[in-house]
Amino acid sequence: MTVDKKAGAKKPAPLKKPAARKAPAKKKPTWDISDVDQWGPERHELGATIVEAGNSVYNETGGWRSLVPEIDVEKCDGCMLCYFYCPDASILVEDNKAVGIDLEHCKGCGICARECPTKAIVMLIDKKD
Amino acid sequence: MASTQSEILAVTGNEAVAEAMGQIDPDVVCAYPITPQTEVVQLYAQMVADGKVGTEFVTVESEHSAMSAVIGSAAGGARTMTATSSQGFALMWEVLFVAASYRLPVVMTTVNRALSGPINIHCDHSDTMGGRDTGWIQLYGENHQEAYDNCIQAIRIAEHLDVRLPVMHMYDGYVISGAIGPLQMLTKEQVQTFIGPYRPTNPMLDAKNPVTVGPFDGLHGWYFEHKVAQNRAMDRSFKVIQDVADEYAELSGRKYGLLDPYRLDDAEIAIVVVGSTAGTTRMTVDKLRARGVKAGMVRVRAFRPFPHEEYARALEHVKVVGVMDRADSFGAQGGPVFLEVRSALYDCDPRPQVLPFIYGLGGRDIFPDNIEQAFAELENAAQSTKRASTERRYLNLRKD
Repeated sequence: MTVDKKAGAKKPAPLKKPAARKAPAKKKPTWDISDVDQWGPERHELGATIVEAGNSVYNETGGWRSLVPEIDVEKCDGCMLCYFYCPDASILVEDNKAVGIDLEHCKGCGICARECPTKAIVMLIDKKD
Repeated sequence: MASTQSEILAVTGNEAVAEAMGQIDPDVVCAYPITPQTEVVQLYAQMVADGKVGTEFVTVESEHSAMSAVIGSAAGGARTMTATSSQGFALMWEVLFVAASYRLPVVMTTVNRALSGPINIHCDHSDTMGGRDTGWIQLYGENHQEAYDNCIQAIRIAEHLDVRLPVMHMYDGYVISGAIGPLQMLTKEQVQTFIGPYRPTNPMLDAKNPVTVGPFDGLHGWYFEHKVAQNRAMDRSFKVIQDVADEYAELSGRKYGLLDPYRLDDAEIAIVVVGSTAGTTRMTVDKLRARGVKAGMVRVRAFRPFPHEEYARALEHVKVVGVMDRADSFGAQGGPVFLEVRSALYDCDPRPQVLPFIYGLGGRDIFPDNIEQAFAELENAAQSTKRASTERRYLNLRKD
């Protein structure tokens, strides 16, 4: 994986920043864990099983990311490889083109940048606020 | 009225347990098929090949894989069993904790044999005593009949909704596993009615209700709470073990408890022992009783959970208790059973003396004379005005 630390400075035209947008809203969670911080031993499911599949939609799981992908939408030819390779289903697609990253769930692994045949995706240091 | 088949069979301990497994007819058995595995799995494979059971039989390349496959199968929702012994048990080590913490009601037969080195294939309890803190319920059987009976009861204990913990049941290597002894079996229908159908909790193969099993607990998660929940299940299992034994007694006529006391009511000296040596000890108790010595015995059945209150009640009136361990805890004050018993009796007033005996490591024979020698030491301690030393006493050890 290539990390271009000064991607913005090197390139004459700055990348068009895709707006990070939320994943499509799903139905409300059926397993209420809103007060899970307070749960004692008896409240938990047997063996720590997660009984609602896909409940990460409701939780931010990408908070520990150190790199963040940036998409140059102009270079994207719509091959969808990034979409299929992404282990966290974090590529946002519109009209068969990658248009943004779901930053609630992207872990910054860089597989999308690695796989992109047109090099439309670069990994940048994720500057935390 | 007991409805056991009247026929008494002559079988090895391994045959007895393979028959029990055949009557349980679990959905899946995952096992490593080569030594240190015992004949249990070989005999069971034959039953599968002969179409006598409907089990999916999975052979794997190591015991680590065996227990991992067992976990996958049990998490999928199948009633799953396995068997192992000695080094095989040791190789399962890290995955044993996973089975317990996922709360999977797996039942495993473990034939008690020594751990290397020096390389030794014979009976002692080093293997499973080392696994006493894996979170599994441990039931130690005395003989062929109990090996069979414990295997069937273990299913009910493990699957009970107050428990949902894996259960390992043990019997002595070679002394029971390879030697022939008497067995009375139930019918397969009786066993099936007794164990009932298995209803898994949150199985992975319930496609309409998908779940995640074994997730990362988070950076500041709930590991602590889950461990406490596991221990509470252990606490609840005391009652379940006894209830299942009582129900089994109605069916079979054979009674079991958390522990197995013998001639203890007026005993002044007593021995606590695990496994097949209980038979020899019982005989020695009778011999000493005939001489007027107030000797008694407790055989350990449930070691995890350890019924400390029951031990205190059973032994509080005894002057000197000798605990015979067939495994050592190097650098500790005594063997694993000694440590438990001594701790259980700490709050008794007056407090009985508890002395550690180590015997039978690596299959070293234990003769009636050795047990008489142990009782003689207890008698001396009981008559002395001073408290005896708690140094280890070794039975049938070659002298320096």
